[in-house]
Amino acid sequence: MSVLVYTESWGGNFRKSTFEAVSYASETAKLLGTNLVAVSLEEVSDDELLKLGSYGASKVISVPLINKGDSQSASKVISKFSSDAAVIIFSGTHTARMIAPRLSVKLSSACIGNVISLSESSDIVVKRKSFSNKAIEEVQSNTEKTILCIAPNSFGLLENNVDCVIENSDFSETGSLSFDGQETSIGKVSISEAAVVVSAGRGLKGPENWGMIEELADVLGAATACSKPVSDIGWRPHSEHVGQTGKPVTADLYIAIGISGAIQHLAGVNSSKVMVAINTDPEAPFFKAADYGIIGDAFEVVPKLIEAFKKLKH
Amino acid sequence: MNILVCISSVPDTTSKINFTDNNTKFDSHGIQFVINPYDEFGLTRAMILKESTDGKVTVITVGDTTVEPVMRKALAIGANDAVRINMVPVDSYSVALEISNYIKQNNFDIIIAGRESIDYNGGAVPAMIAEMTDLPFVNACIGLEIDGDNAKLVREIDGGKEMISCSLPMVLGGQKGLVLESDLRIPNMRGIMQSRTKPLSVLEPTSSNTYSSTVSFAKPEEKGSCKLVDASNVPELVNLLHNEAKVI
Repeated sequence: MSVLVYTESWGGNFRKSTFEAVSYASETAKLLGTNLVAVSLEEVSDDELLKLGSYGASKVISVPLINKGDSQSASKVISKFSSDAAVIIFSGTHTARMIAPRLSVKLSSACIGNVISLSESSDIVVKRKSFSNKAIEEVQSNTEKTILCIAPNSFGLLENNVDCVIENSDFSETGSLSFDGQETSIGKVSISEAAVVVSAGRGLKGPENWGMIEELADVLGAATACSKPVSDIGWRPHSEHVGQTGKPVTADLYIAIGISGAIQHLAGVNSSKVMVAINTDPEAPFFKAADYGIIGDAFEVVPKLIEAFKKLKH
Repeated sequence: MNILVCISSVPDTTSKINFTDNNTKFDSHGIQFVINPYDEFGLTRAMILKESTDGKVTVITVGDTTVEPVMRKALAIGANDAVRINMVPVDSYSVALEISNYIKQNNFDIIIAGRESIDYNGGAVPAMIAEMTDLPFVNACIGLEIDGDNAKLVREIDGGKEMISCSLPMVLGGQKGLVLESDLRIPNMRGIMQSRTKPLSVLEPTSSNTYSSTVSFAKPEEKGSCKLVDASNVPELVNLLHNEAKVI
């Protein structure tokens, strides 16, 4: 028996969400009294692969010839290494969530997403986020093997140094998708991985006023986000829309500026550890959900906030 | 072009969520149901495709009779016909199995689902359908163009996007970007009248297999009260975030 973890890489590097999945998988392996094996797709250097040992993987199987976006081939190769696995762990990225359900059909095993807790016994029962963060559901797996996708930033990183060996696999498969390139915003922090997210809404009155939001985000090394109305009217790109039907936020700190806090918005961001609301309206619903708040005009408060954070960072 | 759109009937985004039967079942009392927002972007994209290719749109959902108002809405928006699999969904697997069985018995050029439903948020049904029908799959789709038998797709990846091409048939999990919010269609009176006579067939499920089950539901812990800082004392907020909350 073993625990298997899919370790997603981008441009040859693992991200925080990958190490988080490995940390979770390592704790699961301890519970079951077994080893943790990682599977890595696409080209990743040995140095990078060995980092997985810092979080508890004792073996990593590297399959450089498989493109992770081709879920047909990816699930096929992972299933090859799953015969011995009781639990298979994925992160919660869009890509992981293309592969995991396919694998679950191949293995006739339950696939549980948005997981936020460890199982307490070898009969897998976990808590997961449901109803767009408005509920926590306890789910049990009724199959021999179980596949779990971990909600980002819900478990954290847990260092656990073990000796890690690399096994190379030359498995290859021609999938039916062709990949025509990627566009990524270089140097910008992504909303799903950011520790701090600075978000603004209609209270900012127009797209020309976002300079101070970007400056605040810059000072904090934060990602910028916006409310749904702001992306709908085109002040900001759709990729910045956070909330129930946009991107979910699970940051350490979420700062909402000029966002009233409609229930749909709160559902998407209230998994953040600490929330700050800045709004002129003392009746704004966000003040009921936030940990800290300032009732005041964003155009006066935000520049002072930037100054104060700058002072702290020096 | 023959298009299948998988839709889910979900609580309106403004709904307060409660549970019943000793916190084991969702309490639908007083809840307004809508087409799952992720599915509605796909349905709208399907309508545009239908109009440009002289195609046909079928909507399918798995549920009891309570989901029919949402199916009628999809018909009023312009879908040609609707199929309901008469089963209360238990897990992603059971839903995907029924839908893929229907796909295998009918020929579709493209199957459009939403990335996830805003009720159970499993996000697994579209990929499971793709696996069960052995079709290619692209998730978190924010762009789709069809040229003959080929699809050009854009999918969201963390911090960017990826361009993909694929030959039909295929399965996709959609979201905003497939169409814009402003492209969404409100049914007009003619559509609503027509929807009443369009075919809505009810099929019985083929299996009762499930892979996972709900033990219980709980609500997230309530936040404590909000600590207000005076607008004239902004540095105090930074101090609290640094020394009390320790997040900076």
